[in-house]
Amino acid sequence: MVDNIKRSLLVALWFVFLTFPLMVVKVNTLKSIVEWRWMNMLWVAIGAFALSLVWRWAMARRQLKSKKAEQGEDESVKAGFATRLMEDPKLYKPALIVIALATIVFPLVVDIYQTNIMVLALIFVVLGLGLNVTVGLAGLLDLGYVAFFAVGAYTYGVLNSFYGLGFWTCLPIGGLMGALFGIALGFPILRLRGDYLAIVTLGFGSIAKIVIENWEEVFNGAKGIAGIPRPGFFGAEMNITSATTYTYYLMILMVVFAIFITNRLKDSRIGRAWMALREDEIACVAMGVDMAKTKLGAYAFGAFWAGLAGVIFAARNTYINPNSFTFMESALVLSIVVMGGMGSIIGVIIAALVLILMPEYLRAFSEYRMLMFGAVMVLMMIFRPEGLIANVRRKYTGRKVTTEDANA
Amino acid sequence: MEYFLELSSSGLVRGSIYALIALGYTMVYGIIQLINFAHGEIYMIGAFVALIVSGVLTIYGFSGVSILILAALIAAIYAAAYGYTLEKIAYRPLRNAPRLSPLISAIGMSLFLQNYVLLAQTPDFLRFPALIPDFEFMEPIAHIMGSAELVILVTSAISMVGLTVLIKYTRIGKAMRATQQDMVMARLVGVNVDNVISVTFIIGSVLAAIGGVLVGSYIGQINFYIGFMAGVKAFTAAVLGGIGNVPGAVLGALVLGLTEAYAAGYISSAYEDVFAFGVLVLILILRPSGLLGKAVKQKV
Repeated sequence: MVDNIKRSLLVALWFVFLTFPLMVVKVNTLKSIVEWRWMNMLWVAIGAFALSLVWRWAMARRQLKSKKAEQGEDESVKAGFATRLMEDPKLYKPALIVIALATIVFPLVVDIYQTNIMVLALIFVVLGLGLNVTVGLAGLLDLGYVAFFAVGAYTYGVLNSFYGLGFWTCLPIGGLMGALFGIALGFPILRLRGDYLAIVTLGFGSIAKIVIENWEEVFNGAKGIAGIPRPGFFGAEMNITSATTYTYYLMILMVVFAIFITNRLKDSRIGRAWMALREDEIACVAMGVDMAKTKLGAYAFGAFWAGLAGVIFAARNTYINPNSFTFMESALVLSIVVMGGMGSIIGVIIAALVLILMPEYLRAFSEYRMLMFGAVMVLMMIFRPEGLIANVRRKYTGRKVTTEDANA
Repeated sequence: MEYFLELSSSGLVRGSIYALIALGYTMVYGIIQLINFAHGEIYMIGAFVALIVSGVLTIYGFSGVSILILAALIAAIYAAAYGYTLEKIAYRPLRNAPRLSPLISAIGMSLFLQNYVLLAQTPDFLRFPALIPDFEFMEPIAHIMGSAELVILVTSAISMVGLTVLIKYTRIGKAMRATQQDMVMARLVGVNVDNVISVTFIIGSVLAAIGGVLVGSYIGQINFYIGFMAGVKAFTAAVLGGIGNVPGAVLGALVLGLTEAYAAGYISSAYEDVFAFGVLVLILILRPSGLLGKAVKQKV
């Protein structure tokens, strides 16, 4: 215990040193004033001391857990509450009904502001489900996912402002454009592996933003496109409130649709091919999986959802500009997938709701939102790499062969 | 012709800054196969520390070259400390995790450090003092290459030669090369692999901090976000040259810097990033392991 405290004191001292110039000193070079913020030093010291104690405790626990797993004790000893909820029909059926009722009633009981935020959260659920296919199932790290989102949003924006096409025409076009771009971008980088892929996709993401920003004639540059109509309903006139509610239900339908499709796909031939590709590319190709087709399929499919989400995003905001499509959004969607537990659909939904709704309701903390994000991403990777809700792989369990069977 | 020379010199300056940062990426990648996404942030922190130190020193009456040297020194020390801590917190616990985990942890760290500087200092651009003095002998060619540019080129060249000597002729350099070839084997013959990795992070961070100080006083303003783009570009350079390969990183960085400068000068400065990434994609299609990288055969 004393040893622990001593070490934590050292850590606190180290962090005081580390954060000294940035946290304590603040210079104003124009007015030649140095501001010394000694209180910050105290906070850093206390914080670092406490956190280092927690950190050491958590690390010790983590080691214990991995040791147990090595000895084969951890497996199936305790299925978490979440897994039980999903597997036991007695539990998940009522839960599903409650959730369904809650989603239907939601826009009727809360005001338009809340509904509007919920629509945004649902858009990110769809984005998360889409990226979940590319990253979670196929294991292709995509750091420029937001580009496809932008493709969808600008498809609607441009087609509407130039040709006056409506929401329902643009929705499928947006999705298809997304998929098309997914294939177009996926093609040159088929041969690249993990890390090279990451940087090239990141590059594509920033190229998309630069092109949108600078191509004034088509995309109206940094000014963005305004006056995009909300989704229509057989030409019915709607005020903002009912239009938002309508968008909400539309989004719910889309989420259900996305869940259904991705869930079915996961257990299909191509879904299994994706997972095999993720586990070992060479072995997978040797087993006769068409690498090019499978990879392009994953890109196209992920990008398709981003395109759809983009169209709805443009319709929800009625205004789009390039600043909505930065690397931050890609990182946000990626952290949704990672935090949700790669490949796990329920996890992705929960993570998207938490990550989008939390900062909206905790306005006071909104400054610290990205800071928290970063910290959470690191901590998740270290202490819970399987995500909030781990993806349960389908298992085929055979009967164990006992010695008696063997002898018989 | 003069315009061409001007562009070339600005391209070389850019390239050598990218090279200073790219070396950190490529060395870390060579040893633990990790894209240290937060490396750009170390560069940014180096620039901020230098700015704060030089600001404080100016106010307390120091002047001239002493500020430059002190600021660079303290920035390098702090960058090293940050690099070391970063590795210890975010990467060491993930040494045996799947490939994607440390990468995501690195992206998280990058976000964290950016916002840490944003909250601790300011979201606005800060004016960076011009620390590099004007030399008289550069007067005749000042329109092609100024003193600051000369200092950047010379400093980066010295740093790179120093790094090469360190890797080739010292004990720790030998340990680094051994770890790069085979970590398990290096450990078996008594190399303290954890120390080698820490040293690699420290060296990379110091180089990045030097780059940060040079860029700060060359461009004249910094903010918390400069690390991101510089990091992406430097990483692009490292990939271009073949990641894990030290001379490759320098070559890739120079190619990238020149490409950007020519694209900005002859075509449009708005699209320089598009050309930078375009070159990357083109080279990766033709040579998937980069300019100088060796194709690695993977066994199953």
